[in-house]
Amino acid sequence: MPKDPSIKKVLVLGSGPIVIGQAAEFDYAGTQACRALKEEGVEVVLVNSNPATIMTDKDIADHVYIEPLNVDSVTQIIQMERPDSVLPTLGGQTGLNLAMALHENGTLAKYGVRLLGTSPQSIHKAEDRQGFKDCMESIGQPCVTSDVVESVDGAAAFAEQIGYPVIVRPAYTLGGTGGGIAYDEPSLREIADRGIHLSRVGQVLIERCIAGWKEIEFEVMRDSAGNVIQICSMENLDPVGVHTGDSIVVAPTQTLANREYQMLRSAALDIITALGIEGGCNCQFALNPDSYEYAVIEVNPRVSRSSALASKATGYPIAKVAAKIALGFTLDEIPNAVTGKTTACFEPTLDYCVLKIPRLPFDKFTTASRTLGTQMKATGEVMAIANSFEGALMKAIRSLELNVRALRLPKLDEYYTDEIEDLLVNVDDERLFVVAEALRRGVSPRKINSITKMDLWFLDRFKNIIDMEEALIRCKGEPDADALRRAKEMCFADSYIGWLCQMEQKDVKALRERYGIVPSFKMVDTCAAEFDAETPYYYSSYDGENEADARDTGKKKVLVLGSGPIRIGQGIEFDYCSVHSVWALKRLGYETIIVNNNPETVSTDFDVADKLYFEPLTAEDVQNIVEQEKPWGAVVQFGGQTAIKLAKALTDMGVPILGTSSDGVDAAEDRERFDEILNQCHIPRAKGQTVFTTEEALRAANEIGYPVLVRPSYVLGGQGMEIAYNDRNITDFMRIINLTVQEHPILIDKYLMGREVEVDGVFDGEDLLIPGIMEHVERAGVHSGDSISVYPSIHVEDKHKKTIERYTHDLAKALGVIGLINIQFIIYDDQVYVIEVNPRSSRTIPYISKVTGVPIIDLATKVMLGQKLRDLGWGYGLYREADYFAVKMPVFSFEKLADVDTGLGPEMKSTGEVLGIAESFPQALLKAFKGANMRAPKKGGRIILTVKDEDKGEAVGIARGFADLGVEILATEGTCRTLEKAGVPCTPVARVSEAHPNIMDMIASGTIDLVINTPTRGRRQNTDGFKIRRAAVEHSVGCVTAIDTARALLTARQQGRSRDLQAIDITKI
Amino acid sequence: MKATLILANGAVFRGDAIGALEERVCEMVFNTSMTGYQEILTDPSYAGQGVVMSYPLMGNYGVNHEDNESRRPWAEALVVRHLSPVGSNFRCEGGLGDYLRQHNIVGIQGVDTRALTKLLRSQGTMNGMITCAEHFHVQEVMEKLAAYRVSGTVERVTREEPQVYAPTAGSLDRRVALMDYGVKQNMVECLRKRGCEVTVFPAHTPAAEILRGERVGADYVPYDGVMLSNGPGDPADNVDIIKEVRALYESGIPLFAVCLGHQLLALATGAKTHKMVFGHRGGNHPVKDLEAGRCFITSQNHGYVVDGDTVDPAVARVSHVNVNDGTVEGLKYSRPNCFTVQFHPEASPGPEDTEYLFDRFIASMGGGRNA
Repeated sequence: MPKDPSIKKVLVLGSGPIVIGQAAEFDYAGTQACRALKEEGVEVVLVNSNPATIMTDKDIADHVYIEPLNVDSVTQIIQMERPDSVLPTLGGQTGLNLAMALHENGTLAKYGVRLLGTSPQSIHKAEDRQGFKDCMESIGQPCVTSDVVESVDGAAAFAEQIGYPVIVRPAYTLGGTGGGIAYDEPSLREIADRGIHLSRVGQVLIERCIAGWKEIEFEVMRDSAGNVIQICSMENLDPVGVHTGDSIVVAPTQTLANREYQMLRSAALDIITALGIEGGCNCQFALNPDSYEYAVIEVNPRVSRSSALASKATGYPIAKVAAKIALGFTLDEIPNAVTGKTTACFEPTLDYCVLKIPRLPFDKFTTASRTLGTQMKATGEVMAIANSFEGALMKAIRSLELNVRALRLPKLDEYYTDEIEDLLVNVDDERLFVVAEALRRGVSPRKINSITKMDLWFLDRFKNIIDMEEALIRCKGEPDADALRRAKEMCFADSYIGWLCQMEQKDVKALRERYGIVPSFKMVDTCAAEFDAETPYYYSSYDGENEADARDTGKKKVLVLGSGPIRIGQGIEFDYCSVHSVWALKRLGYETIIVNNNPETVSTDFDVADKLYFEPLTAEDVQNIVEQEKPWGAVVQFGGQTAIKLAKALTDMGVPILGTSSDGVDAAEDRERFDEILNQCHIPRAKGQTVFTTEEALRAANEIGYPVLVRPSYVLGGQGMEIAYNDRNITDFMRIINLTVQEHPILIDKYLMGREVEVDGVFDGEDLLIPGIMEHVERAGVHSGDSISVYPSIHVEDKHKKTIERYTHDLAKALGVIGLINIQFIIYDDQVYVIEVNPRSSRTIPYISKVTGVPIIDLATKVMLGQKLRDLGWGYGLYREADYFAVKMPVFSFEKLADVDTGLGPEMKSTGEVLGIAESFPQALLKAFKGANMRAPKKGGRIILTVKDEDKGEAVGIARGFADLGVEILATEGTCRTLEKAGVPCTPVARVSEAHPNIMDMIASGTIDLVINTPTRGRRQNTDGFKIRRAAVEHSVGCVTAIDTARALLTARQQGRSRDLQAIDITKI
Repeated sequence: MKATLILANGAVFRGDAIGALEERVCEMVFNTSMTGYQEILTDPSYAGQGVVMSYPLMGNYGVNHEDNESRRPWAEALVVRHLSPVGSNFRCEGGLGDYLRQHNIVGIQGVDTRALTKLLRSQGTMNGMITCAEHFHVQEVMEKLAAYRVSGTVERVTREEPQVYAPTAGSLDRRVALMDYGVKQNMVECLRKRGCEVTVFPAHTPAAEILRGERVGADYVPYDGVMLSNGPGDPADNVDIIKEVRALYESGIPLFAVCLGHQLLALATGAKTHKMVFGHRGGNHPVKDLEAGRCFITSQNHGYVVDGDTVDPAVARVSHVNVNDGTVEGLKYSRPNCFTVQFHPEASPGPEDTEYLFDRFIASMGGGRNA
């Protein structure tokens, strides 16, 4: 059936801010879908609250709304745009839930909008626990014994019936939010209570625990004619019990014989058929490792994280095909872009092995519980492709950027073997390495299998790697050609081989080149070479034939380094920048080559750059590509810290860095050089020193005077940054920082508590263009990525704007910046200080590009290639301010991460962001709060206030403001006294340590709308404040931890008017 | 031990010997299935051929007695990128390497199987030799390769005596005669589990004997239908068999044929077959059922194909086509109750999406419980 001609205007729902469980994969999916729709002549209206996405670009959709993803705002957009259809299955769970809510409340019917692809009935069948179970029963697909309950008592009764342990899964939540395994009644009551609370429909599923079974996934696709295909099978290394998003996943399945494989494949096709899905679908199964017994665990009737992985693993563009199916096309009518000859109606077959490893945030959240379970915790993931499992594993480990280069965690060396064996029971992010270490110590694979339930085949592959290591250690000095070849075929890094053989890395390289052991590149073509394909999508191997296209296109080649896995501090923004740079370069007639390892991103879509190398972003892996492609230049400014870290290595390889040189990068990071530049430019900065040891740090801190900022240099997102108020803090922080080996010194700076201001600029060597000055709502001390950021600035005086412009210009010039520069300033005591300079793209670029309309990346790219701002038509100096206010609001994923302190500080904690755009600041603020799902209490609501002494004065005004709005104020003793003294009515509430009912009971009771708690210093977790903040998160009570944020919330409530919020099409700005 | 694969075009691939350590000449074909190596090795259609697996990790789940598709493996050689030293699966009874050695199949691992697949795809299926000899005379090898032809394979793989299989589900519902040109066991099973009693006949059994029916006591009970199996080699080589197939066709008995059987019936009714460049071998081939307007993913293994232009429209029409290359995948004969497909509805290995064709065959036989 060809395209349905009645579909002319489609509303595409995005997935909102990046949170754990819902990351960049939906930008990838949404972008691909929008392009597929436009390709068919459909007018596309897009709504997504996340400004850092590529899908919210003007050239991706015809109408773009960066608006809160809630029923009110989307209803308004439907009224304004009158689309005939809505595409709900590409915006993750958020998009799906929103579409269902609009269907259920009659909005879609009222405006004559239909759901494309999968019908509401189908979605309901797949999403509703009982509905799904009934459907599975009707087609004879086994589910795990389970029951849907709506009360904690109901949960306990059912668990008693089926026996512990049981798994608790809340209905309609992301990434299994709030779920868990309960081993006894008390733990069940706790988990069930949380789950019921978090579920949109107040339901949780209690099911038989099948932990230890194999977890197998199938990505399947169906069209309106009923054609069904399987795209990709995946097997989790971690058996059932670990959320698939936190599991190491291999594609295709490795330990299933044809019979089991076909059994599950057929089951997946039967399921998608029974559900009547038109589009993509993900089916997860648990398979008993000792029989044919299996159970359907979960079905996602939409494009998911797994489908992004499946797309990249196979080369099959799932989101694009799903979008075409939604328009009415059948699979055999959609061409296969990879081969150009065949159609989308076939099943990809692989001739390589793909491995995904989740990127967990425990390097950042050092205090968080590392235990993995049914609650997803990963912020991102890496994928690697090789022709062996071992190779894919070694590449994926390197791609994680966790200072681990092989299947070996140095800290485990210190453990005794029996301690290692004990560690095997811990299901956490380090288990892979613990298993490897156990094998290294001679623990038998059978024994490890009995503890971990990891399949013996995987253990044998690990063993193979360890045997290889031992073979290399044995040939101390110089490995023979055979050993070296085998090691390279397993994708051992030269540096690791060198370490094992006690050779220099460069000597390993020279030796293997002498033996003729050089990388070759293979193509990902969806069909295992059965058809001729020209996809420029490559991975490295050490097999003979090199398929990388060496044809000279006559164009200059530019290498663009991507930003690797999504992690806190380096999010989707950098993919936005990389992709835009690629597009700019292509428009300028360059041949573009992108290197990246993140399967969730747009940049790793094979039709973005002219060539895609899916490889780890290490100097050695990049060098292989450099030697293959011999690029004319490289771009490192856009790929965050991942790319910029490689600037020096690229320079050493002889690849010219386009734009700011690696020396300029170093000058900005090297404290002494940077101080010298500041002196030259007569720019003040807070006093500071560089130190290595705790003793030096203490001396420096006392010289400068407390409070001081402590942070490692060359890091992301303020990693490890803290404010120290005394010697004890210093000792504490230095210990934590030095847990990981520091190659660079640690910075100790005077902490100035002023107004923080941030600029992004483009500098061409002479002129500077500043698209806009952003002001942070929170004072210095809260990481810029966690601050609410406002554009245009509200409080910055013109004279300071001039100073900022001059400083930015002078610094850019002095550092030799060509391209982007990002500077954070503090205005303190009527003086502008520089806090930090980043000669690269920043996380504010996408948002500021969208609200000002200045194509920043395009300009930066042109400037890097030698063009001058004066010729580019966007002027220079400070760009005129927009007519709108845009408020960027951070979004956190604290409910997913137990034991993480939610208090904001110098270290970044947010995972994503939303934008609020409106004509006035309060309205923009209100929108942003709505987008971030932070609700300010209304009349009759209740706030608990408990703030540290320094904030008590300011808390009075805020409390009074809320009280005047008719909100009841509750406060703990100290705060309460202050408020009462100031004449603000206030009800005292007992402290955590006091008798019940105390503050914790209040939070748990569900009668509190907001907690305002500003943290006292330090990283300790046993404080009352920590417990209060965690309790708020766990009971879904809004919690504000900076006094400025609380004030902003009050402003939004006092001056913002929900009724008057107007959706804004940013393409018309 | 090192081993070498030499192809008829002079290409040489070096690797490590797996399986039997002897020299072997065969026709090299590639298969893109990611699972099912044991079913492939034991599929009689591979007689005389060496199989290159394009998926690089083989032997992961070992071998077991349940996954044999016939009484022994028939492939001459196996070429893989990596052979797993251990097999891990609850049904695993041994490793693939040992299995190859036990059954005298030669093999080589460590080969750039993707490069080899591309070569076979672009230059076509060709003969090859695997040898462990360190030195060999190129001229001699080339002569051996040039002289080799897959022939007489149906005679080699078929059974000597008829064999009766009772139904595995339901009561005796229908009697089916299944011609063994190299039949896969799962074809028998697909019929048995649909309540058929299946008598498998040697390839050269005269049509008259089949049409006489099954001897029950003193009487002969006619078969309800005849199925022509898959099998190896060039269909046109089977001149005598084609005559018998013609007789079966003319008898009017319900007929269903798969793969080689499909080609034999086409030849028996005047159409032609030709050798494809590299054939279809794998588990991901899309086939469109023209009548239903739907596509199915099928399991395939054939190097020859019925030439659509030579099918007499009065005799049959093309019912299924390959979505990728448009080749003939199925014929529906004008004669009642007669249809054939090129692909493998019995799968094993591969997708089971077209198993419904067995139901169609059952229905075409009429009578029975569900009539």
